[in-house]
Amino acid sequence: MVFPILSVIVFTPLVASVLILLMPAERKTEVRMLALAAAIFALLLSIWVYFNYDQAAAGYQFVEKYQWLPVLGISLHLGVDGLTAPLVLLTGVVMVTGVMISWNLDDRPREFFAFLFILASGVFGVFVSLDLFMLFFFYEIAVFPMYLLISIWGWVKTREYAAMKLTLYLFIGSVVALVGALAMYFASGLQTFDMLALQNANFPPQFQHLWFPFVFLGFAVLGGIFPFHNWSPDGHVAAPTAVSMFHAGVLMKLGAFAALRVGIMLLPEGAKYWAGWIMGLALVNVVYGAFIAMVQTDFKYVIGFSSVSHMGLVMLGFSTLTKEGLTGAGVQMFSHGIMTALFFAVVGMVYDRAHTREIPKLGGMSKYLTWPTIGFIIGGLVSMGMPGFSGFVAEFPIFMGIWQVRPWVAILAAISIVITASYIMLVIRRVFFGQVPEEFEGHIGPINALDKVAIGFLSVLMIGLGMFPALMVPMVQTGVENVLRLLGGA
Amino acid sequence: MDFIANHLLTLILFFPALSALVILFLPRDEMKLIRWTALIASLVPFVLTLVLWLRFDPNISGFQFQEQYTWYEAIHSTLHLGVDGLSLTMVLLTTLLMPLAILASFKITDRVKAFMMLFLFLETGMLGVFLALDLLIFFVFWEIGLVPMYFLINQWGSANKDYASLKFMIYTMGGSLGLLLAIQMLGVLFQTYDLPVLYEKWNSIQGSLMGYPVSTVKTVAFWAFVIAFAIKVPIWPFHTWLPDAHTEAPTAGSMILAGVMLKLGAYGFLRLVLPLYPVEAKHFAGALAVLATAAIIFGAFAAYGQTDFKRLVAYSSVNHMGFVVLGIAAAAYAAGTTNAHIALDGAILQMFNHGISAAGMFFLVGAIYERTHTRDLSQFGGLFPLIPIYGGILIFTSMASLGLPGLNGFISEFLVVRGAWPILTIYTAISMLGLLFTGAYILRGIKMVLHGPLNEKWVGHLTDITKREIIVMAPLMVLILWIGLWPAWILNVINKAVVMLF
Amino acid sequence: MATVSLIWLIPLPPLLAFFLIVLFTNKNKTLSHIIAVGAAFLSWLGGMLVFVRALGVEHLGQHPFASAINWLPIGDSWFKIGVLIDPLSAATLFFAAWTIFMIFLYSVGYQNFGQPQGDHDVMGLPPHGATIVDEHGHKHQVPSVEPMYSRFFAFLGLFAFGMYTLVVSDNLLTLFVGWEIMGLCSYLLIGFWYGKKSARDAAIKAFMTTRVGDVFMLLGIAFLYSATGTLSFRQIFREETLHALASTPAFFGLSAAGAIGLLLFIGTVGKSAQWPLHVWLPDAMEGPTPVSAMIHAATMVSAGVYAVIRMFPLVSAGWHEGMPLNPTMSIIAFIGAFTALFAATIAVAQNDIKRVLAYSTISQLGYMIAAIGIGAYVAAAFHLITHAFFKALLFLGSGSVIHGMEHGVLHTGDHKLDPQDMFNMGGLRKKMPITFWTFLIGGFALSGFPVLTAGFWSKDEIFADAFANGHSAVFITLAVAAFLTAFYTMRQITLTFLGEPRTKAAEHAQETPWTMTVPLIVLAFFAISYGWVGIPEHFPLLGGLIPNWFHEFIGSTLAEVPAAVPFNIVPLLTSLTVALGGLFFGWLAYRKVKSPAEDRLQIPLLKNKYYFDEAYNFLFVRPAFWVAETLVYKWMDKGLIDGILHAFGKVAMFLGTNFRSKFDAPVVNGFGDLVGESTKKFGAMIRPIQTGRIQQYMLASLTVLIVVGGLLYYLLVLA
Repeated sequence: MVFPILSVIVFTPLVASVLILLMPAERKTEVRMLALAAAIFALLLSIWVYFNYDQAAAGYQFVEKYQWLPVLGISLHLGVDGLTAPLVLLTGVVMVTGVMISWNLDDRPREFFAFLFILASGVFGVFVSLDLFMLFFFYEIAVFPMYLLISIWGWVKTREYAAMKLTLYLFIGSVVALVGALAMYFASGLQTFDMLALQNANFPPQFQHLWFPFVFLGFAVLGGIFPFHNWSPDGHVAAPTAVSMFHAGVLMKLGAFAALRVGIMLLPEGAKYWAGWIMGLALVNVVYGAFIAMVQTDFKYVIGFSSVSHMGLVMLGFSTLTKEGLTGAGVQMFSHGIMTALFFAVVGMVYDRAHTREIPKLGGMSKYLTWPTIGFIIGGLVSMGMPGFSGFVAEFPIFMGIWQVRPWVAILAAISIVITASYIMLVIRRVFFGQVPEEFEGHIGPINALDKVAIGFLSVLMIGLGMFPALMVPMVQTGVENVLRLLGGA
Repeated sequence: MDFIANHLLTLILFFPALSALVILFLPRDEMKLIRWTALIASLVPFVLTLVLWLRFDPNISGFQFQEQYTWYEAIHSTLHLGVDGLSLTMVLLTTLLMPLAILASFKITDRVKAFMMLFLFLETGMLGVFLALDLLIFFVFWEIGLVPMYFLINQWGSANKDYASLKFMIYTMGGSLGLLLAIQMLGVLFQTYDLPVLYEKWNSIQGSLMGYPVSTVKTVAFWAFVIAFAIKVPIWPFHTWLPDAHTEAPTAGSMILAGVMLKLGAYGFLRLVLPLYPVEAKHFAGALAVLATAAIIFGAFAAYGQTDFKRLVAYSSVNHMGFVVLGIAAAAYAAGTTNAHIALDGAILQMFNHGISAAGMFFLVGAIYERTHTRDLSQFGGLFPLIPIYGGILIFTSMASLGLPGLNGFISEFLVVRGAWPILTIYTAISMLGLLFTGAYILRGIKMVLHGPLNEKWVGHLTDITKREIIVMAPLMVLILWIGLWPAWILNVINKAVVMLF
Repeated sequence: MATVSLIWLIPLPPLLAFFLIVLFTNKNKTLSHIIAVGAAFLSWLGGMLVFVRALGVEHLGQHPFASAINWLPIGDSWFKIGVLIDPLSAATLFFAAWTIFMIFLYSVGYQNFGQPQGDHDVMGLPPHGATIVDEHGHKHQVPSVEPMYSRFFAFLGLFAFGMYTLVVSDNLLTLFVGWEIMGLCSYLLIGFWYGKKSARDAAIKAFMTTRVGDVFMLLGIAFLYSATGTLSFRQIFREETLHALASTPAFFGLSAAGAIGLLLFIGTVGKSAQWPLHVWLPDAMEGPTPVSAMIHAATMVSAGVYAVIRMFPLVSAGWHEGMPLNPTMSIIAFIGAFTALFAATIAVAQNDIKRVLAYSTISQLGYMIAAIGIGAYVAAAFHLITHAFFKALLFLGSGSVIHGMEHGVLHTGDHKLDPQDMFNMGGLRKKMPITFWTFLIGGFALSGFPVLTAGFWSKDEIFADAFANGHSAVFITLAVAAFLTAFYTMRQITLTFLGEPRTKAAEHAQETPWTMTVPLIVLAFFAISYGWVGIPEHFPLLGGLIPNWFHEFIGSTLAEVPAAVPFNIVPLLTSLTVALGGLFFGWLAYRKVKSPAEDRLQIPLLKNKYYFDEAYNFLFVRPAFWVAETLVYKWMDKGLIDGILHAFGKVAMFLGTNFRSKFDAPVVNGFGDLVGESTKKFGAMIRPIQTGRIQQYMLASLTVLIVVGGLLYYLLVLA
């Protein structure tokens, strides 16, 4: 039989975390080494998958299927398509860089990495599983460690509150979604959770109209859709750097993706029926998020709300139900993942040294932190949709999609571009340039090589994708074709 | 050799960016090395442009040296490059000014590496706009040029740089929003961004779009385009970012801002607005003319009212670019007529001329600022005896920008006036008053810097212009005189293109 | 060498000289002035050659020397530029070449070549003189050489280039080029001693005032070009073109021809300092005297008149002798006549020897303009040329006087004394004989002293024309002006040369070097002789002795030569009386005057030039600056436009803040507050176990998983 690469990818982190837990707590360096090794291994595999995915053939590839609970039609059914391959890659990247920049984390690194990796394999699982039950299963696995990671290693002031808020939002969301999922399970009468089967169950329209909101919104909560977005900024702020990276970089994609995979792909009629509303909410995300980000004085809150705004673009892309829109959304998930990962990495580096995130208190960081500065600037350009960077490559098709459906939405959403540009520029200027407050003079230590590697790696990805969209877009399109087929459109 | 011949445009376009990457790997402290690398890196595109100029055949209509590579298949955008007489002139201007600007900033010692890299990126950004034959590519370079310039102003600028740079960036981006949206709409409608295709598809479109009559949609899109370009040109009343940006930018930055960046806007009008919206352009030509006149008059007045030397020069740009817009307005109104052609000849030549003389002026202002560390006109006075050579050069360049016959500015302004007169008589007549005040502020500048009572505190503290600075000015001055006495060499290319295009 | 190519070459030597001096030889005074004067000589030579050859041509008017080349590609045709020598330009070339060459020569002496460097001379100020110690150890104050000697000649060269270009060019555009280059040079030369505030201001005033005219002229050119599609004189002056222009209406009820003519004429009003744009010329006296001669006699101001004479066919399109004047011509006639009188009255009350001449120039130019206005084309040209000679002579003469006076000033060491004030002079005829006699000739020519002087013949022709065609108003005005002219000229001569020295300086004044006196003599020769080429043939006794060559020659420039006016005794008598009367009274009134106090004509109104400067300053200059600085910059740009921009920013911030504080935090989170409450409980519940014992966390998470799983299983088993 062929090498079960997907399951290997999914379980590598899990295994790693177990191994890590078995190591003695004081062997911190070894723990880190092991973590990094595992992460790199997973990344390499996901890269391999990404580049060996046969775009011509399209469809689900590297498929594996193991019976798990036949009685209930639950099977461990894995596979990647054009949409998920990039997300798997994204997860790999964030994992590696996350480990790299938390190298100096000194408080119980063993447990930290263990939980982080549990989370990681959950994420991998969600992306690759073709079985609705498994999807939920991994979903919970992914969400749960967040609570621990935040409440233990988080920012003392708000970690309790944030961790709890986050967990509850997400649980409630997933439960709502679960209800919808079960409804599908029963209504289909196929006695299976296999999504490939459920796809063709063609549920009656009324049913779809009724249940789509449950499923979609349930997951979209994790995607930070308005008005259920508040957990996310608070969570970001409270979480330790690596966790924020995962959180914004990957978890939110998890929500968006699941909403697409389960909501739109299984209930296409419902999607069409509710598209307008979704678009409305997403539009609010985009503009409203940008406006709020602009007035934040906490460095991390700015990024937090900018994520809300950018995830709104993903949702907008979905809600167009057009080729361009969905393609853009697909690319945006990847691009935004890399971008926020970089953002939070940099924020972390600054915070670790300045011990404050109050923008007015910061300044002149570029003197000491050249790499983070450049990294942040590149990230900033991506987030303001500057051409030549991945953000533009992603946003442009989304807007083209919107044009085909509701021109006015496109025009309104465009406002966010300028707003984003202005707050990014202001943050860059206030944090990295200008006068260095005297209390920092000389107290800002340099960053280590791994940090540089992480920053460089992420930046290169964004520029590369921005210069050569062909690296990813065609692959995403193959996935989108599939979605469109389900939607009945070509 | 053959490779160069076949990829001339791509080479010109990307060479600066690539060499910027090379510089990235040079040691930070090797300032000399970095400077020279940058200079040579910027000279190569210039040489290539000369080759281009020589190989270019002005008698062929349409675009030459075309190259097309797939870029973003999903939305049918290709990296489509090509030049005609119009863009060729601008490319020449850009590649000519770049080495000079870099040479002009050899004095910079703060983060030389970053500075030079930004400059080279900037060059690629601007060249891209002139070379692009794909609407999306045009926009890509249009936006990307902002970034290096923002940081050049924000990092190497003077006192009020933060305000100025942000204003520049956000204002221009905000202005481009409409352009962005309109471009998206076009892309959605025609599933292509290729300009040659769009030209006739967009003009032949009938019926209604997205539930609105085509005329309405076109009008809206027209204004979206116009505002984006109007801010860049800048046309009154969208001009207020300019004095700030120009004043705060480092010398070389101002040289390029005034020399090339402003031309991007005017070029946008010529390359996109007129061909894509002939009807709307004709319909709104009057409004455009009003704004142009306002720019000329108010620009001149504002320049006259300045106490800051650099600001004075900055406002003179508003005043001069006004003539470009006037010419464009005239052409828009009477497209196809000889008058329109003359007006456009004038407008395009004016773009080139202003590029040269404004760059020169800003450089000279920078030179005096380097020595005195002030731009306040009242702080100078009577410097002529102290720095005679500088004085001579300053007077020469000022006269060019004043539009003295025998120097380049006059030719273009005359052509614009001549072309616009029969079409927009009143506006032209009023604009001429602007010419009067051009004289006023130029002379005021000269008087307060060179003449005027000798400000004793400079005696012995002022060194005359250096060899390097003369080398920067010499090509500009030669061109100023050459075009003034014998404009045919460049005007011929422009004119042929204009006749074939409009 | 072929004449046309020679014509092309005429303007070049001075231009070359300019560049050579500026770029290379500016350090070396000798070399510089050799180059400059040499260049002037070459151009003079070329000019003379061309002039002689022009004389040799039958019907030069119909077959002028002309050649043109492509210059600007426009649409699918070319705009051509070229050279043209027809009678008018030939005659102009003649006097321009002579005066320019003379002035170059004169400048060598005037700028004290060969004198030592000044003790404390600085660039931008006139030389203050140097101290030398002779063999006996006596200290002497002697004139010192101009510090910017080379630069002066460079500028002169450029100026000459401008003038020659203007004269030889066959089209309005290159004419305008030369015109503006002269404008620049006048700016540079008037402000040559920029160390003096008066000089700086005068320079700017000159440039700006003339530019007012130029702007309109450029409009006229644009108008003409778009109306006819050409700017070449010969094509414009074709019958059909003129007819078309005359018959197409433009604005204000003027025909296109009239409108264009008027616009071009405004250019002349500026350049030739006609009322109301006359204000710059008197101040322009701040420049070194050769410059005054250059600008106010030989070249620039003459260029203005030359341009109108050039454009006469256009201005007078559709008009024929005897017909009532068309609107444009009437305006021209009025402005000319008015200026002639107006300036003359001011000249009467001036004490600065150069200012008197300045106003007399304005007034004389008024004559020419008026002459053109009434259609006396030839007379205008005639007076233009004679005036160029004798006015150049007068200016150089006055320069010589000043120079002599400065010598005296240096000798006495009384530096407060103004060497240009006529009341400080007197009795110079003994000290500076050559200067005196030449100045006298010039003065008499200016006053139109009968028969001998050129001025008489040219003025007389204008009178005759005005009278014969019944323009009595013009005739009378000019007559009065002529009387005043003679009067103030004699006043000047009397105060300067006659009587006894009124100051020590005047006593020690001395004659100037040959480089200055030779030009005076040459010009004096022309100031007399040039009149004789234009004696009307019906003139009593003299008439016909010498053929009226000038009338034939110049007249032939036009399509049909204007008929010579029949002789009439009235204008002749008038000019005799005004000239002689003026001279006599001038001598009578001033032969005994010692100080300004005794001068009964020091009327404030006249002395202050009718307060025009003050009025303009109040009406235009100050308002302009207010508009510029306050209205446009402060209020409109900074206030209104930027205000709106900043408002955008503020609105955005406002929205952001309120979204957060008024909606996001309270409302959206209000929903989260509920969550928050339960959080606290939950948090309180788990706090005890939060002791960092990982097993417990694992336990916790495991329980949660089990709960969820259980829930699922329960639901499913229901199925």
